Amino acid sequence: MVYSFLPVQIIFALFLLFAVSRVLLRLKDSTLTINNFLFWTGLFTLAIIGVVKPELTTIIADKLGINRGSDVVVYASIILLFYLIFRTNILLENLRHDLTKLVRMIALSEKKKS
Amino acid sequence: MKTLILILPAFNEAQVIGPVLTKIKLAVKKLPTQTELLVVNDGSSDNTLKIVKKSKVKVITHIINRGLGASLATGLEYAEKVKADFAITMDSDGQHDPDDILKVLTPLLKKKADVVIGSRMLDNKQDMPFLRRLNNKAFNLLTLGLFKITTTDSLSGFRGFSKKAIQKIKLKTERMEVSNEFFTEIKRNQLKFTEVPIKVIYTDYSMQKGVKPGNIFAIIFRLLLRLLR
Repeated sequence: MVYSFLPVQIIFALFLLFAVSRVLLRLKDSTLTINNFLFWTGLFTLAIIGVVKPELTTIIADKLGINRGSDVVVYASIILLFYLIFRTNILLENLRHDLTKLVRMIALSEKKKS
Repeated sequence: MKTLILILPAFNEAQVIGPVLTKIKLAVKKLPTQTELLVVNDGSSDNTLKIVKKSKVKVITHIINRGLGASLATGLEYAEKVKADFAITMDSDGQHDPDDILKVLTPLLKKKADVVIGSRMLDNKQDMPFLRRLNNKAFNLLTLGLFKITTTDSLSGFRGFSKKAIQKIKLKTERMEVSNEFFTEIKRNQLKFTEVPIKVIYTDYSMQKGVKPGNIFAIIFRLLLRLLR
């Protein structure tokens, strides 16, 4: 059996492969932790499977009681985006807190000097 | 003699901070404590620092603006470092009457409380503008819902702390939500808490400051982030 892919599938798959290659590079230069590497590689691999074999998303859609496979992808993407925005907010809060600690340390040490 | 650090967080308060400091300096002379006045200049871009320095008051400067919560935490950390017996925080916009410092200090001196909140709602409800009162009620309900603590003024910036409270309270929030975070810390550290009535002086200037009614959602979100961090 020979598969013939639609142009959109080829473009999406190539983009996702490019994304996986970036994740690998980030792991190599140690800017990504192993947990983050596994998360992003897993996510992009699932996306590649969904692009190459869209009928699999229909099976999941049937099991979840959603009409179409593409709807599953949209719903999952929205949930994932919400989660990532929330994580980014927490990361930003941590950065703000670290910055404040630094500013406070400088302020108190300046006070000590004077 | 017991020592007291009077903390005034200030961000761009050049318009009013000079007269405010003069009044406070007069009031602290009457206190039964050895009092040190400390301004935490939170990265002000106006002449606040210059005016404070001219007033010959101790000042700690944040090199960049970090918010009200961060300034209060800096002040409390200083109080802990110098082993102060008490710390009192006041707004630097002139809305607090320096003569009320003694009212806030008294329960601490008598060891009746670890944290004292100067409440604007106990004595002069009629003075508080309607929107402010409504806003305050909403935040009081939030405090009750989140921390199971009943307060009449969760947004008051006039607070007193015992040595135990100074050592135990660890603030993590950086902005206006700090007012609610104090109640998290009171609950977490099981600190004795009381309220005393204070006067409030509303001016056009002070009305521009403080927590606005629309901020409640942002504050809830930031408090949530604090819990999940």
